[in-house]
Amino acid sequence: MAKKVSLKIRRYNPETQKSHLEEFEIPEKKGMTVLDAVNHIKDTQDSTLAHRWSCRMGICGSCGTIINGKPALMCQTFCETDKGSITVEPLRNFPVIKDLIVDTDNAMEHFRTAMPYTDIINRHASLDKEMIQTPEQRKKIEQSSQCIKCMLCYSACPVVGHNPNFIGPAAAALAYRYLEDSHDEIPNERMDSLTQKNGVWQCSFIGECSVVCPKKVDPAIALQRLKTMGVLHVTKALLTKRKK
Amino acid sequence: MEEITQHDLLIIGGGAAGLRAAIAAAEVNPDLKIGIVSKVYPTRSHTVSAEGGLAAAIKDYDSLDQHAYDTIKGSDFLADQDAVEYFVQHAKEEIMQMEHWGCPWSREKDGTLAVRAFGGMSVKRTIFAADKTGFYMIHTLFERTLKHENIKRYDEWYATKITTDQHGVTGVIAMQMKTGKLHAFSAKAIIVCTGGAGRMYRFTTNGGIKTGDGMYLAYVAGASLKDMEFIQFHPTALARNGVLITEAARGEGGYLINKDGERFLKNYLPEKMELGPRDMISRAIMSEIRAGRGFKSPYGNYIHLDLRHLGDQLIKEKLPLVREIAMEFAGIDPAKEPIPVTPAQHYTMGGIDVNLDMETSVPGLYAAGETNCISINGANRLGSNSLTDCLVFGKVAGEKAAQEISKKTSKTTAQMKTALEDEEKNIARLLEQKGSESVPAIRMTMEETMDQNAGIYRDQKALEDGLNTLLELQQKLQHVQLKDKSKIFNTELINCLELKSMLTLGEATIRCAMARKESRGSHTRSDFPDRDDKNFMIHHVVTKKDNAMSLTNAPVTITRWQPEVRKY
Ligand SMILES: Cc1cc2nc3c(=O)[nH]c(=O)nc-3n(C[C@H](O)[C@H](O)[C@H](O)COP(=O)(O)OP(=O)(O)OC[C@H]3O[C@@H](n4cnc5c(N)ncnc54)[C@H](O)[C@@H]3O)c2cc1C
Ligand code: FES
Repeated sequence: MAKKVSLKIRRYNPETQKSHLEEFEIPEKKGMTVLDAVNHIKDTQDSTLAHRWSCRMGICGSCGTIINGKPALMCQTFCETDKGSITVEPLRNFPVIKDLIVDTDNAMEHFRTAMPYTDIINRHASLDKEMIQTPEQRKKIEQSSQCIKCMLCYSACPVVGHNPNFIGPAAAALAYRYLEDSHDEIPNERMDSLTQKNGVWQCSFIGECSVVCPKKVDPAIALQRLKTMGVLHVTKALLTKRKK
Repeated sequence: MEEITQHDLLIIGGGAAGLRAAIAAAEVNPDLKIGIVSKVYPTRSHTVSAEGGLAAAIKDYDSLDQHAYDTIKGSDFLADQDAVEYFVQHAKEEIMQMEHWGCPWSREKDGTLAVRAFGGMSVKRTIFAADKTGFYMIHTLFERTLKHENIKRYDEWYATKITTDQHGVTGVIAMQMKTGKLHAFSAKAIIVCTGGAGRMYRFTTNGGIKTGDGMYLAYVAGASLKDMEFIQFHPTALARNGVLITEAARGEGGYLINKDGERFLKNYLPEKMELGPRDMISRAIMSEIRAGRGFKSPYGNYIHLDLRHLGDQLIKEKLPLVREIAMEFAGIDPAKEPIPVTPAQHYTMGGIDVNLDMETSVPGLYAAGETNCISINGANRLGSNSLTDCLVFGKVAGEKAAQEISKKTSKTTAQMKTALEDEEKNIARLLEQKGSESVPAIRMTMEETMDQNAGIYRDQKALEDGLNTLLELQQKLQHVQLKDKSKIFNTELINCLELKSMLTLGEATIRCAMARKESRGSHTRSDFPDRDDKNFMIHHVVTKKDNAMSLTNAPVTITRWQPEVRKY
């Protein structure tokens, strides 16, 4: 007999609004990821199981769940059977829609606050020639531009847990990425946006976001720097106002 | 939400093509009401997994003619040359446009754009952002759409129907997945940007969402499909699960090695070696494996992609995703060990037939990206042309649609109400229906059939058998019973609708493959091994007639490059 892998999956039925852990057993396969296992269950045991996935290569950001208590991508987590059964649950801090699927619509809207674009008006600069960006300038945005918007950091962040309107780690990291971009033209507008009530001030530096990030974006550092930039920005704005 | 939501322009699909089209339309007219309906959050679209880069002649040593010629030769002379000429002329400005929008392309030391070699391209012309090009592009485009208040997104909405009347398109019926409710959207123009149909195959580099829905919707709405026999197989997918190892790995100098430790391409493509075009390299790998010179494994035979001589530094800098994938999914450090790879389905060259304005034969219905067939790819696409294709022609589609809309007055929507009710009944029936068949079982048989009967090598017998199986599966789908009866996020229902699309597209693929009794580009008939310009310098066009598929021919546009023997 082939070895078995046991998975405990948290099911949520939106009609009865009840949730429970359901155990499944499947044959073990070498190098199987949690996503492979969940897909196998859906295909062979229970087609009502609901989860999101697409790329299965850790880049589309669809398959975030809580695996053995920690936010992680299913497609990038291997089934380590020696540790007993594997528990898969929906991401925390979001309303659950069904089984492993959570509602991230509201959190996705926070990316607007980051104003993640280089200019506001349509520029009609010549497209004949490239704009120079040195490898050093590019390096500045290397880390902060790796975010795949998988929402693991929102699930890990205690502040988001209390206040879903906090812009949150990924949106802050995104804002930082554009602020550091040598092509950026709207740093002031963006800082205005980030220093609103639910902006960067809310972060309490617990740093769980950076721990769970599958792409090592380090939103915690970004938030820390944004706060410093925010203080300068607000002070400057006050001084200018007073001069007027 | 109102029962019928009014939009001027509806875009189905939020990949590179869809987002580029949306921005283009918004820039033409900031007052247009634009909607993007996408079955996943746009950044989950499969564009995100594109790795290697995108082509444009931007360097002094390069020329538009050279890019055009390489593309046409790569297509085995089946590309429409007027389309290719437009494509190469507008490629550069799209790269620059993306740069202005903040897309972090990789750079040379002096801060100018870096380029790398790609298969079938005669000079280095592939611009890239590390080996996460598609990832950077889709996020840049997505973020850019946030700037435009007139672009409204419908994320995780699944389009089930394109509605038409005697004058052309009227709108789209789509299901909001989190409620399971169907809604009608009226629109003066629709752009289909739903990507390819790679999931017809089991062994594929494509993500789970690439199920060709838009091709099917357009076909049902009366548009034609073109050149469906041409399916690209990428030479180097991870042997275990089909995850792509980008061609950039060879562009940067990687070797393909057989069991005997030989760089076997010297026997097939001595001049180009690892930088030959994909169709030829995939066939060479299959020949090696068939001759017993592959490695054996429980998940099939494979060969080695060897990057060790490139060194840790270069791999980390230029191929970080390859490194990550090899380490994460195969437990291999490419600086220390070769990567096991084998060919896998990768791209659908065929698709919705459009003219140079990206318009189909149905007035007001446009298509852009992998889902269309203009055709710039002909019988074989050159790697790194597609991302550029999405930008150049996504923009054309957005602009043309926006210009046409301005001339139109609003349509009556009475007919849409009926369409919505019909669609509601269809879905309700599907949910309630009893039967003995299951969605996963039919899907797995389809994938197996496409792999076996419509793969790299084809012949009449295999194609006929494959067609029969698919027709049987279409029948079985009529008797499918869904276990999930709920409305809310019913993924089994969605999978069932996707399966219906794929079974039709698979049929089109095989019918076209049967009709093409020659070998050209990616389409290799063991029973007709030669190219036959006398009879087959033609496109195949599939149209729905009286509930059956009708197959006709269309001419290939030749401007300046006469067909010649394709040798590298
Ligand atoms: C692994 C991989 C690597 C690649 N690398 C490269 C490369 O380096 N260079 C290159 O040029 N090309 C590359 N390609 C090809 C290229 O990435 C694709 O052809 C291109 O990204 C397709 O973009 P698209 O916008 O047409 O479709 P996609 O990005 O696939 O987007 C399709 C969209 O349609 C939506 N959709 C589909 N069906 C429905 C429906 N029923 N209702 C609502 N919405 C729907 C989806 O939600 C999605 O938003 C690669 C392809 C793969 C698979
Ligand atoms: S499936 Fe795309 S990140 Fe896991």
